Amino acid sequence: MELAILERLDALRAQRQPVAHISAIEGGEDRLLCPGEPAEPELASALAEAFRTGKSRVSEDGAHFINVYMPPVRIVVIGAVHISQALAGLAKIAGFDLTIIDPRTAFATPERFGDVNLIAEWPDDALKLHRLDAYTALVVLTHDPKIDDTPLKMALETGCFYIGALGSRKTHAKRVERLMRDGVSGEALATISAPVGLDIGGVTPQEIAVSILAEIIASLRKKPQ
Amino acid sequence: MSDNLDPLSVAARWVEEGRAVALATVLETWGSAPRPVGSHLVVDADGNFQGSVSGGCVEGDVLAAAEDIIGTGGAKLLDFGVADETAWRAGLSCGGRIRIRVERVG
Repeated sequence: MELAILERLDALRAQRQPVAHISAIEGGEDRLLCPGEPAEPELASALAEAFRTGKSRVSEDGAHFINVYMPPVRIVVIGAVHISQALAGLAKIAGFDLTIIDPRTAFATPERFGDVNLIAEWPDDALKLHRLDAYTALVVLTHDPKIDDTPLKMALETGCFYIGALGSRKTHAKRVERLMRDGVSGEALATISAPVGLDIGGVTPQEIAVSILAEIIASLRKKPQ
Repeated sequence: MSDNLDPLSVAARWVEEGRAVALATVLETWGSAPRPVGSHLVVDADGNFQGSVSGGCVEGDVLAAAEDIIGTGGAKLLDFGVADETAWRAGLSCGGRIRIRVERVG
């Protein structure tokens, strides 16, 4: 691989841009291709499949290797609460990038979160810079509609692969009513995971954090039913 | 994942530092294999390496091949598996087979 290609590949990955490195099996001629850019007919279907599944593969004619680089999964948490403290530690162990956003400066303090990526701003401001995308999971944990509702709507519009919202069934029913009044479709709202997390009977903030991370991993890895 | 450990970021950094570098990539797997297709290991002329192409089963042979490639340039395909005649020294205990490409970077 030429250094120029490697450097461009690293730059595209840093921008969270999906990209494929296509090379002759034996090495030698190679190039980069992003989704939507034209490919040779003999590569097109294997390339589309590789981008769809995120799995690298040899082309159908066996002549090329298609290595796809999908953006690393990121978790954005709204709310610098007790569950977020536990979730930050677990996400680090599991290898996910995690960002916590909370405009309440009493909650979003370095003393409570150490070296976690913490942004003490309103979510709509913070998410202008740290954009949501299809490779991001959004978890809202404040219970406060003023803080939670806007990022929920942004995540539904963006198509985040996982959207979870803390709250009892009653709290979530009110949330659904509110968002429907704002014009969000029932179909979209049904994709929100609420009550948040896999049902493992978790009680403590740490246990609930485990259930949330497990549900995020399931959304990422399991084939749609 | 931290850029300090990401093999492709490491590869670019090492080349820019003037080090001779080879990149190993898992091209194909059959049966159970420890690392998915597309996984990378990067190695320099002194044998420093980052990343993995198996669970440690074949890395030794890959490092040796990388040393050759760093000297000669070009690329080389390596096949490993229990059916391979070299299995006694570099086989996959899990019973799978893997094909790895080792190439010079830069």
